[in-house]
Amino acid sequence: MEIKIKLNGKLIKEDVDAGTLLIDWLRAHKCFSVKRGCETSNCGLCTVFVNDKPVLSCSVLVARANGCSVTTLEGLQKEAEEFGAYIANEGAEQCGFCNPGFMMNAIAMFRENPDPTDDEIRAYLAGNLCRCSGYEGQLRGIKKYLQYKKGE
Amino acid sequence: MAEFKTITKPVMKKDAMQLVTGKPVYTDDIINQDCLIVKLLRSPHASAIIESIDTKIAQKVPGIEAIYTYKDVPQVRFSNAGQTFPEASPYDHQILDQRVRYVGEPVAIIAGESEAACLKAMKLIKVKYQVLEPVFDMHTAKDNPILVHPEENWRTLSYDFYKSDNKRNLVSHEEDSHGDLEKAFAECDEIVEHTYHCKANQQAMMETFRTYCEIDTYGRLHVISSTQIIYHVRRIVSNALQIPKSKVRVTKPRIGGGFGAKQTSISEVYPAFVTWMTKKPSKIIFTRKECQIAGSPRHEMEMKIRVGATKDGHIKAIDLYVLSNSGAYGDHGPTTVGLAGHKSIPLYTGGMEAHRFTADVVYTNIQSAGAFRGYGAPQGIFALESAVNELAAKLNIDPIKIREMNMLKEGMHMDAYFHEDATACALDRCMEKAKEMFDWDNKPDCVDLGNGKVRSKGVAMAMQGSCISNLDVGSATVRLTEDGGYLLVIGAADMGTGCDTVLSQILAECMDCDVDDVEVMSADTDFSPYDSGSYASSTTYITGMATYKAGMKLKEQILKISALKLNKPIEELTMESKEVVAPDGQSISLVDIATASMCFNDIPTTVTETHTSPVSPPPYMVGMVEIELDKETGEVEVKDYVGVVDCGTVMNENLARVQTEGGIVQGIGMALMENVTYTKKGAIFEESLMNYKIPTRLDMGVLRTAFESSYEESGPYGAKSIGELVIDTPCPAINHAIYNAIGKFLYEVPFTPEKIVMAQDE
Ligand code: FES
Ligand code: FES
Repeated sequence: MEIKIKLNGKLIKEDVDAGTLLIDWLRAHKCFSVKRGCETSNCGLCTVFVNDKPVLSCSVLVARANGCSVTTLEGLQKEAEEFGAYIANEGAEQCGFCNPGFMMNAIAMFRENPDPTDDEIRAYLAGNLCRCSGYEGQLRGIKKYLQYKKGE
Repeated sequence: MAEFKTITKPVMKKDAMQLVTGKPVYTDDIINQDCLIVKLLRSPHASAIIESIDTKIAQKVPGIEAIYTYKDVPQVRFSNAGQTFPEASPYDHQILDQRVRYVGEPVAIIAGESEAACLKAMKLIKVKYQVLEPVFDMHTAKDNPILVHPEENWRTLSYDFYKSDNKRNLVSHEEDSHGDLEKAFAECDEIVEHTYHCKANQQAMMETFRTYCEIDTYGRLHVISSTQIIYHVRRIVSNALQIPKSKVRVTKPRIGGGFGAKQTSISEVYPAFVTWMTKKPSKIIFTRKECQIAGSPRHEMEMKIRVGATKDGHIKAIDLYVLSNSGAYGDHGPTTVGLAGHKSIPLYTGGMEAHRFTADVVYTNIQSAGAFRGYGAPQGIFALESAVNELAAKLNIDPIKIREMNMLKEGMHMDAYFHEDATACALDRCMEKAKEMFDWDNKPDCVDLGNGKVRSKGVAMAMQGSCISNLDVGSATVRLTEDGGYLLVIGAADMGTGCDTVLSQILAECMDCDVDDVEVMSADTDFSPYDSGSYASSTTYITGMATYKAGMKLKEQILKISALKLNKPIEELTMESKEVVAPDGQSISLVDIATASMCFNDIPTTVTETHTSPVSPPPYMVGMVEIELDKETGEVEVKDYVGVVDCGTVMNENLARVQTEGGIVQGIGMALMENVTYTKKGAIFEESLMNYKIPTRLDMGVLRTAFESSYEESGPYGAKSIGELVIDTPCPAINHAIYNAIGKFLYEVPFTPEKIVMAQDE
């Protein structure tokens, strides 16, 4: 079937196999930040925005994104650098494999709720697994970033 | 202690910004995507012989390049474990075998243009199995008439150490003791004796096993893999394919988590074989399910322990027998079990008069185990620390006090730790600090919260090693670059822990320059100097020392060139951060030295140094936990965890802290939720992250960490290790807190709500 997707601001028209998952389509379009960590929608590594809402690209068909705008971390480099520096300054990125999905969902959270409590942060990001960092460093980074944003 | 300029500081990881902005740096991001896809048909049986296997129809599926069965692969055995020669683990693997030994074992390798074609072909392969009776129970595995490895070409390179014997289902046997054990027990007033059980744990690193292979310009096999052990992978691939090691090149890009999982060659041999046969590039990406059923989990172990003390709390004797389940293959079997004893018993060196440690490791028909952070120590420490807490309770002595009375202190001789001396040990200070941070003395053992829940506290100590003594080898190559900085080339593998950065800090400290003046390159068997790899917590301690030595050597070279250029005796010159100066004020900059080195010069400005160690100085830790336990449901919530670590000099404050936090959370997962269970046929039930629960950020409470450093003279700038130690305390500390909550100790991890409810009812 033919689809039309605005990927990171660029319109793509293309014939796709109806069964193609969004994650596979995105990686085929060189959005390598999008990672797969499971087959059961449990890890959050594959988080991208469809029409600015975070979704798990492993459990959405590319056909469902037809007519939508899709954003990956490749399309959010400025925000990734700005916020990412706070994670990096904590050493909380460790292996980094979970990072793109975590960054996407964190950015979604900042947009939705610019002043979250610790518990709100934990709850919003609960679906983003990280096996390395123990989460605490990510929390420190988020809080310092929010602090900086407030002062801006 | 000296003031440091670069080390100890919270330097940002050299690859950090690339990682947080999602750049393509991992195996599957950097390869030629237009390659063959490799898939594995896996056995549904725990033990069977392939009577016939027919791939004719499957081969006809459009897009299929090749299908290989046991008939196509070299009939030789090798070990998948990444270990230094003479490898401890038996040579018991074949790429594919006519006999399958666990549910999920590869039966056929399918290579095709697309995943869909491979999966279609997989369904069309006809296999007839002669199903055999499996051995599942590790208690009856040893000397069972049913053998997991009856084959004649099974072999071991280390019989003298490990007594491995396939005709007894025995992966290894070990004994170690000192003193008169029965006499020491006879003098004890109280003896705690129990059997503790740790189930297997899945590694669950976020990046599953994956490998890409291609033939390079010179016709050699280039393996790009998510591995911790480039040099061992080269040997393993060479052994498996029966091709010379010089024909194999192994490269490691960024790794999406390791924890030891990638210290075993899990995925490499399959695409390696496909590419070597077809001369076409190929890749294999394990699914999460494949990681769960055919990966390299923690060894299931059962610890039978006896700990004896006098009335006043003097611990005199420890007797530990460990039975370890290696599963279908012996990867890391002989060596992991040792840590259950060697990295637990010495904690009580204080007044211990005798100890005995005995271990058996057996083959069974389940997924083969491997190397997982802690490497046997978490199991041993769970048993010993739980027993000591029980002993303290029986003697009515404060659990901190009994530890303070008996713990290992700096300068002691450790009979239970290869007769090494505790050259650097701040365990006592860790306890002091943890007590203060946690406010131990003012917190009651247990408070009723009035809503069916109670709040309680627990404590445990731990130790680990800093390398494999007399074995591990680390090397570093350091080059003076044209702009007066340095290139550091290593064979150690940064799996997220930040060793690229820590080693750069060591070099920067040594050369008195900025970390930004150091570029780092790792790891590739064609370019990196030999390194055993990143495991056994050894990178900072061993490769760090090699880096330091290489830096010192390069300084000499720089001074030699300077002496010629300045026309001064070398003894008069000193190197300052960016230049070499003479007493009369003359100087030459590093840039000029580097430039001079490229013209009519025969003094090398690239040096390589290698390091190894006869000792493995332990790092130490104290963990204290506060939990809330719901007596009705048995649910445990970790509220507060205090971890105080002695890793020697802290090399990078941030990275050490995050290591500690990450380890504690993995330990909490091990203690409370991570469970591996089997169906009657031996298949693993928890085959996804849906039913194999790892901690989320809602499961961990608040983590508070601190460092109490000792100074280890044999390590770089006083460093020891940290990577593994930090997973060791949660199981026994949480067990202790559960006891304080319900008055019963548990003897099996994970402490699931059902077990807690049942223990209360007993
Ligand atoms: S890949 Fe795990 S949730 Fe999408
Ligand atoms: S940093 Fe490795 S999984 Fe999060």
